[in-house]
Amino acid sequence: MTAEAGVVEVTLESTLKNVELAEELTHRVCETAGFAEEDQHKIEMAVHESVINAVAHGNKHDARKKVWVRFEIHKDRLEIRIRDEGVGFDPSHIADPLSQENLLKVSGRGIFLIRAFMDEFRVESAKGSGTEVTMVKRINPDLKNIEGGTDREHEGHNTPS
Amino acid sequence: MSMKATIRQVDSVCVVDISGRITLGEGCAQLRELIRGEIAKGNKKLLLNLADVTYIDSSGIGELVSAFTAVSNQGGQLKLLNLTRKVHDLLQITKLLTVFDVHDDEARAITSFDKAAGA
Repeated sequence: MTAEAGVVEVTLESTLKNVELAEELTHRVCETAGFAEEDQHKIEMAVHESVINAVAHGNKHDARKKVWVRFEIHKDRLEIRIRDEGVGFDPSHIADPLSQENLLKVSGRGIFLIRAFMDEFRVESAKGSGTEVTMVKRINPDLKNIEGGTDREHEGHNTPS
Repeated sequence: MSMKATIRQVDSVCVVDISGRITLGEGCAQLRELIRGEIAKGNKKLLLNLADVTYIDSSGIGELVSAFTAVSNQGGQLKLLNLTRKVHDLLQITKLLTVFDVHDDEARAITSFDKAAGA
């Protein structure tokens, strides 16, 4: 794991145990960024769902394949990128879990929840080159419980300890 | 904290008190086995008490849907009790509050079960 100012990066093996590790890391990053408890929960859940997608659907639980997670704390937002080494997928083919015919389906709600909980969600995926998702949660300056945050990544504060 | 469940019988209803995390992997597998076991024993009135569920993910939500479908397919009823605000919000945004019968009072939940449903 590397920890530059405002940036935390971690590379994980594709195991479900590491999903909890990513959640714990997200919790610390969110505390550092000053998110309120409710937003922390939403961000943790979005990371949980994204890392599960990377571990289970992208890397197919192959522990030799890695999941890369990067947090960038900016003054006005937290940006999170998660990348797997899977075969890629077409995000336009994701079914709507709210439609009547899908309501009782067992799976298919993960990306829907990420979109609901984050302010921005982008997917870059191509066959053979894995999938990278980018998620952004804006920081409400009125709710920040600490000073800090930077638009530049290499200043010396705001790094989770 | 992994998922834990204890089962008690109240009248003809099987009440399952669940605590911890219902997430992909162990939590979901435990819940699946538990529901299958109760169906196999002939219990068709199930009330899942989620008061102490600390975390549920999309797979856990899927497992609740799967349990609901499995019990309904046997002519039974599966209802939910004591949702935390986070679980309530998740079921709301996924429109599953329109599917599940949700209660916040156990005694009323028990009496709400259809007497015609199998015991």
